[in-house]
Amino acid sequence: MVETTLDATTPDLLEGPAGKPMSYWQLVWWRLRQDKVTLAAAGVILLIVLSAVLAPYIAPYDPFQGSIRKRLAYIGTPGHFLGTDEQGRDMLTRLLYGGRMSLVAGVTPVFIALLAGSSLGILAGFLGGRVNMLIMRIMDIFYAFPSVLLAIAISGALGAGLGNTIIALSIVFTPPITRMAESVTTQVRAWEFMEAARASGAGTLAIIRHHMIANVLAPIFVYATTLVSVSVILASGLSFLGLGVSPPNAEWGLMLNTLRQSIYVNTWVPALPGVMIFLTSMAFNLLSDGLRDAMDVRL
Amino acid sequence: MSQNGTILAVRDLRKYFAVRGGLFHTVQAWVKAVDGVSFEVQRGEILGIVGESGCGKSTTARLILRLIEPDAGEVRFEGGDVLAASPDEVKAFRRQVQMVFQDPYSSLNPRMNIEDAVAFNVRVHGASRAEARAKAWNVLNKVGLRAEQFGRRYPHELSGGQRQRVNIARALVLDPKLVLLDEPVSSLDKSVQAQVLNLLQTLKTDLGLTYVFISHDLHVIEYLSDRVLVMYLGQVVEIGSAEEVSAEPLHPYTQALWASAPSMNPDERIERPPLTGDPPNPIDPPSGCRFRTRCPHAMDICARATPPLLPVGSSGRQVACYLFTPSETEDLAHREYRPPAG
Amino acid sequence: MWSYIVRRLLLGIPTLLGVTLIVFSLLHLAPGDPINAMLPPDAPQEVVEMIKEQMGFNKPLPVQYWRWLKRVAVGDLGNSIATRRPVLDDMREALGNTFILALSAAVLGFTLGVTLGTTAAFYQGRWLDKLASATAITGVSLPHYWVGILLIIVFSVELNWLPAMGMRSTIGESSLRDVARHMVLPTIALSLIPMGVIMRMARASVLEILSQEFVMTLRAKGLWSRTVTRHIVKNAAPPVLTLMGLQFGYLLGGSVLVETVFSWPGSGFLLNLSIFQRDIPVLQGVILVLAAFFVILNLFVDILHSVIDPRIRRT
Repeated sequence: MVETTLDATTPDLLEGPAGKPMSYWQLVWWRLRQDKVTLAAAGVILLIVLSAVLAPYIAPYDPFQGSIRKRLAYIGTPGHFLGTDEQGRDMLTRLLYGGRMSLVAGVTPVFIALLAGSSLGILAGFLGGRVNMLIMRIMDIFYAFPSVLLAIAISGALGAGLGNTIIALSIVFTPPITRMAESVTTQVRAWEFMEAARASGAGTLAIIRHHMIANVLAPIFVYATTLVSVSVILASGLSFLGLGVSPPNAEWGLMLNTLRQSIYVNTWVPALPGVMIFLTSMAFNLLSDGLRDAMDVRL
Repeated sequence: MSQNGTILAVRDLRKYFAVRGGLFHTVQAWVKAVDGVSFEVQRGEILGIVGESGCGKSTTARLILRLIEPDAGEVRFEGGDVLAASPDEVKAFRRQVQMVFQDPYSSLNPRMNIEDAVAFNVRVHGASRAEARAKAWNVLNKVGLRAEQFGRRYPHELSGGQRQRVNIARALVLDPKLVLLDEPVSSLDKSVQAQVLNLLQTLKTDLGLTYVFISHDLHVIEYLSDRVLVMYLGQVVEIGSAEEVSAEPLHPYTQALWASAPSMNPDERIERPPLTGDPPNPIDPPSGCRFRTRCPHAMDICARATPPLLPVGSSGRQVACYLFTPSETEDLAHREYRPPAG
Repeated sequence: MWSYIVRRLLLGIPTLLGVTLIVFSLLHLAPGDPINAMLPPDAPQEVVEMIKEQMGFNKPLPVQYWRWLKRVAVGDLGNSIATRRPVLDDMREALGNTFILALSAAVLGFTLGVTLGTTAAFYQGRWLDKLASATAITGVSLPHYWVGILLIIVFSVELNWLPAMGMRSTIGESSLRDVARHMVLPTIALSLIPMGVIMRMARASVLEILSQEFVMTLRAKGLWSRTVTRHIVKNAAPPVLTLMGLQFGYLLGGSVLVETVFSWPGSGFLLNLSIFQRDIPVLQGVILVLAAFFVILNLFVDILHSVIDPRIRRT
């Protein structure tokens, strides 16, 4: 038996890390600051959102006013930096206003699905047993549809309009988030500190509030952000098919559709709305990847 | 053993886990994790529970705390019936009996700093934020982590040994009387183990605690324990004082266990492994004495009925083996047990 | 293993039933009288009565569902309102066309995905990896309908190399080569997302095997053998294969947008048409068949996965 000369109060040979301690969120922020790509993506999103919000103030023209004489002007036409659409409306203006619709249609459903899915998933994960089976089985049925198909089916049944698009997409995105939430909750529940919390005499509600929620919400939130890029594409896709926003409103997918016929006359202007969809989706994708890396908890 | 010296009494504790499978997830078999465990813990002592992985020691600890509900048996803490306690009584019970967990990595909430993690236990029982924080700081200092420096740190910033100290602090902050320690040093480096063990001893003396110390490491058990309890496949096979059991193990399993521990002396080599054969399946343990398939002294009677745990000699030794008890006790072993329906 | 297979099959039945329930309720989702959804307001009274009788609108909902389910189970999906022909007939050809497109997009996307993913895994951290990963992210971020339009702009309008619309030329006889030429652009557009998804999974999967110590040792020594390669493939393949199955299902069901851009006469195109013509039987029929196919495909993929990877069977 080894006799030790270290007494009970000597701290371990490994000293704590130098510098002031960082809370988890400070750590996340610190990591994010180092990731240039993610920061750039966040910047792009900020730019797009700002330009959409401030559209009425910065747009040079009225999005609904167009003169047939000036239709389908090329990019770089003096007075119309990005050209005009098939009704003579200024493209830059339409794109700015279109951002409002597209962003709302893209982000809102994910937000709603986040609320609904997290609640259902955490409930299922925490309670287990029959409740879990019931909830997850119902989700499985929705999972049986490819998401595009489900979105179109619900949208088609409900009819066109922004509200219906949001409803349809919320329904499409709830099952994946529920699944994710249930999986994370089940995992966290198995960690020993949950047992330790019970061993302290705490009640179920206190344990959920103080120990579970923080650990569970973060991964769910990161997952939800990955869905935003899909949602933007899907929402614009629905408008492209005529199921979302209706003319004469400006929306990127809708604009793609109405301009499609004109590619033989003016080749590149019809491509512009797609550029916006692509940029937005890509930026959200990069942001969510970066967020996921930064929030990776090391036990 | 005087009655008012007994702080914890466990009688015939059982826990069977259902194994489901097949077409409709029906119950196909039972894992008899804890199968009739009885022992007593004296106030102020350290009882070491030792056995191989899967023998049921961790489950026993959780049954005592009612983190898992037992299927049968009795647990008495300071005379009171733990298993029949109401939720409020259980909460009060949890102030007096605490547990230190094994894995320093998953036993702390990664998103809570350590002073909050320790203070949580106090706040659960109604203290204010300030009170709880003060108590947390107090106990953190006692375990050797200077609260001013370490309080705001997060688990991922601490080493394994430091995290275990936090674990210990969290268990002690409510001034419990009995502490169950489930392999608290098994995940630590040897040098760190020594520090933590010494810390545990000092704390016990300073705070007047009683320990139940679970481990699979014989050296650690010998070093720390007053009495030793040996478990095999869900049952108790031997109980005795640490010196007696290590100097003269009686049960064949205990003998094999002690003989397998490598010695520090390089001249002492183990020629043949004392324990041969595979450890049997806890789902389908051998009939009668569970150790008989690996026991060099197995007799006919060993297959017929499980040997009961009976005293040997007058020094408080107990052994569950037909080598030590007269065969008239055979009829005691005929009590049948049926697993719960499910 | 068999018990897992049987259990999985049994589980598929309530899922399938749930799918039919959802498809059925789509008709009743729309506000207003379902009759108005199906027929124009000026339809003659006897047509209205006939439809009412046929669809059983005057009966309670569960009865309607049951009647519909019975008919569907034997393959009677009703008649299209627009063409008056049985829905199944209209759908057969459309489904076949979609299948051809989906298959070629799958082949293209999966091959590219696996190649890029494996390359990225082997050159992890170096510029080839970053390039491949960037390609994958781009693939998933691009709206495939937009890419379709871009492809048309470049290859049809500007360069005039490939046709922009439909499946066959309207003049001259249609040959295999003709169909193939029409297929090129939509296939490329459709293959982007599966390529991206498969690439990411392949990269992660191969990386995991490569980081096993004995593989690392062999690479460090410069030793390579068929056995090692086989080991990598065998272990990295299962999750990728599972994903491929799922992606194929998505391709079948999600080809609507690309088919619309290229006017490809597939099931997606039919779906689109039926929505605008308010041709409910066709709408229901297409969704039902596609979803049912997806369920069965998932089932198959799950079972296959459990056969390949014994760890899965325990659930």
